[in-house]
Amino acid sequence: MITLEIAGRQVQAEPGQTILEAAESAGIHIPTLCNLKGLSPRGACRICLVEVTTWRGKLVPSCATSVEEGMKVVAHSARLRELRRTILELLFAERNHICAVCVSNGSCELQDLACELGMDHVRYPYRFPGLNMDASHGKYVVDHNRCVLCGRCVRACSEVEGAMTWGFSRRGVDTLVATDVGSPWVDSKTCTECGKCVEACPTGALLDKRTSVAEQEKDPEVLSQVTERRPRV
Amino acid sequence: MRRLDVLVCSGTACVSSGSTEVKESLAQALADSDLRSEVRILETGCMGPCELGPVMMIYPEGTFYVKVSPDDVQEIVEEHFLKGRPVRRLLWEGVAPALKEVPFFARQHKLVLANCGIINPERIEEYIARGGYEALARAVSEMSPEQVISEVSASGLRGRGGAGFPAGKKWELMRNANGSPKYIVCNADEGDPGAFMDRAVLEGDPHAVIEGMAVAAYAVGAQRGFVYVRAEYPLAISRLEEAVGQARRMGLLGDSILETDFSFDIELRMGAGAFVCGEETALIASIEGKRGEPRPRPPFPTESGLWGCPTMINNVETLACVRHVVVGGADKFASVGTETSKGTKVFALAGQIRNTGLVEVPMGISLRELVMEVGGGVPEGRNLKAVQIGGPSGGCLPEKLLDVPVDYESLGEHGAIMGSGGVIVLDDTACMVNVAKFFLEFTADESCGKCVPCRVGTSTMLDILSRIVAGQGTEADVPRLKELAESIKMGSLCGLGQTAPNPVLSTLRYFPEEYEAHIADRACPAGVCPDLVHYLVLVDQCRACDRCRQVCPTGAAQGAPGTPPYHIEDELCIRCGACVEACPFDAIIVKPGRKG
Ligand SMILES: Cc1cc2nc3c(=O)[nH]c(=O)nc-3n(C[C@H](O)[C@H](O)[C@H](O)COP(=O)(O)O)c2cc1C
Ligand code: SF4
Ligand code: SF4
Repeated sequence: MITLEIAGRQVQAEPGQTILEAAESAGIHIPTLCNLKGLSPRGACRICLVEVTTWRGKLVPSCATSVEEGMKVVAHSARLRELRRTILELLFAERNHICAVCVSNGSCELQDLACELGMDHVRYPYRFPGLNMDASHGKYVVDHNRCVLCGRCVRACSEVEGAMTWGFSRRGVDTLVATDVGSPWVDSKTCTECGKCVEACPTGALLDKRTSVAEQEKDPEVLSQVTERRPRV
Repeated sequence: MRRLDVLVCSGTACVSSGSTEVKESLAQALADSDLRSEVRILETGCMGPCELGPVMMIYPEGTFYVKVSPDDVQEIVEEHFLKGRPVRRLLWEGVAPALKEVPFFARQHKLVLANCGIINPERIEEYIARGGYEALARAVSEMSPEQVISEVSASGLRGRGGAGFPAGKKWELMRNANGSPKYIVCNADEGDPGAFMDRAVLEGDPHAVIEGMAVAAYAVGAQRGFVYVRAEYPLAISRLEEAVGQARRMGLLGDSILETDFSFDIELRMGAGAFVCGEETALIASIEGKRGEPRPRPPFPTESGLWGCPTMINNVETLACVRHVVVGGADKFASVGTETSKGTKVFALAGQIRNTGLVEVPMGISLRELVMEVGGGVPEGRNLKAVQIGGPSGGCLPEKLLDVPVDYESLGEHGAIMGSGGVIVLDDTACMVNVAKFFLEFTADESCGKCVPCRVGTSTMLDILSRIVAGQGTEADVPRLKELAESIKMGSLCGLGQTAPNPVLSTLRYFPEEYEAHIADRACPAGVCPDLVHYLVLVDQCRACDRCRQVCPTGAAQGAPGTPPYHIEDELCIRCGACVEACPFDAIIVKPGRKG
């Protein structure tokens, strides 16, 4: 067992566990977005950044950083709170996150984060890029305007379903998630129609075709339920 | 009997300005004059003063000819080679008789570039004749891996790829890393626009890099190495491939190197050109065939790199220093430079400066010496305004800071970085807001899009800057830019995002009045931003020659021939500058601020 300090408390953890896992098992909450139990960590959204005092104050994603004996971690501070809020505002400004007309209203992790971090307004100009939707598939829709590029669909599809349908295309602010390297979803040769991507998606970017405003419910826990039942290799 | 060696530069810049043709007509002229046994032509790598190409050097006396064309060859042969009278008009500045008297060369300290422009890079024998592979031979036969590492540590050599991480420390971490096999990678991605120091080394002295890699591999216990080189460097790639082949044939790479039990070989991997692929974790992903995206560190590549194995990544220039550390000794290497930054650094000088090109100077030299003496200062009649150092995410230092020493710490303290060694000199015609925007356009465009602060933050900063230069800035923009810049630096996943705000922060720090003028006065003081200037005919100077009206593409320049003054119709003017250039009487000027 490893002993470290998170948010001023002594915490025990298994070697190889992440800071986030250690914090959660000790009941310390750290906000996250791109992380999802059952999937490999990506460290991309930067919401779960914590400060490691013993590494000269380095900021690291708690989802993707392993614990170390004697480590001291600041999980909450004015600086971190401000940084997380700025990141969240940038996400809200990036595409179109108007909750009132979203299928996931009330069941959205982005919305939950805004409430949790007290984000009541956005200081940055909205970009509203007016992206396309792909509703070609018989069961599901992807609305890129709601996508936060967390990559949970990509990882769910490759790591849990093994289909590798989803990937990223282009770069920078033009980055998109894409099925079969950019062909319409309905033409995908690899998609098994399992719906794991929809469950994994934290926002209303991936939705069930039959849902209307505020009807889409998500159950991202199915992914870890699947992976936990798998035999360990 | 051979009397003279003619070294013709065959670096990429000289080849594109015609050095191949020069070399061919020289060969012909020598044959015609029966001089082939007396004068030898040698092709070399980059000599440095690239805008003066094609350049050639004649030994033993060290005559340096610039801007040589095939038409000059006959005169060189007749006057110089036959009569012993150098062709004055082809000499640099028309006077300097020998290379060491030209300040461009006199202030330089060539270590990494010592062979560039001297040896034929395609012949391993020439490299060996100048002490090549002595470091490798010494390391494998006389030194333990630990001794090599402690020598590198003692030399104070730091990574030249940008971050300045101590090389010895990295090697030690790698030596102690658990896991096998171990890989080493030479980072030759060189994505900074305008940078070509690594290319020059690979083209001009490829064996120095190979030898550095072999010594590193011996020290850390690696059997396989990769050179990750950008596909846009075809000459570097072919010279490297050739050099690797020669080294293998001579038993300097491959199994049982120099008949010891040390084995090591090198493969080339081509990069597709994205700037972020130079970042070490993205580079690893790219070699593995994945999307070139950085990942959080730790784990560092020395713990988990290529295919999960310990991997050590060093820059081309770092590796090219290694042989000097091993052969000359740590003390000698460390005798050049400052307390914390040892040895030399190669810079690519560009912008409003007389000697653009490639230079190598001791660390700790002041920016003033680098720019004014080695670089020859700004052209006549111009004033130096700032020096942008460190590549696209470097900082802009104002003229008053020219005495800052060029070392990692001093540059960092003042808001710039060493980066990979790009130096762009700006004169008083540069608008600093526009300069900041220019660099941010590059980084925002090259952001891989993985992490939120860099992906959205850099584009948002760019939007704000675009509004400011368009005359739509507000008082809130400056504090907003600063806040955002801090969040991006703090929150981004990799070095690209962590440094991207530097050009904006440094210009805000040293040139706040220019931002102020753009926002509060709606004026671009340097007369650059089209929305914040207007064109004006000086009534007294106009002679109504009609030239401006003739060149103006939109009909904004108006008047009747012979009846001064003409005038510029502001609504029609697109600020193309054609009239200013056409006016023979300097009667048209660009005035900061909007009309009225
Ligand atoms: C966006 C980005 C681009 C980079 N590009 C290069 C490059 O082109 N060449 C290079 O050697 N290092 C580059 N680096 C630095 C590498 O990540 C790494 O630190 C370096 O290759 C290590 O070698 P060194 O210790 O010898 O400097 C880059 C870093 C970042 C963040
Ligand atoms: S579609 Fe959903 S899960 Fe996929 S990257 Fe976008 S927000 Fe994340
Ligand atoms: S900082 Fe920029 S380039 Fe680096 S991982 Fe983040 S988005 Fe990609």
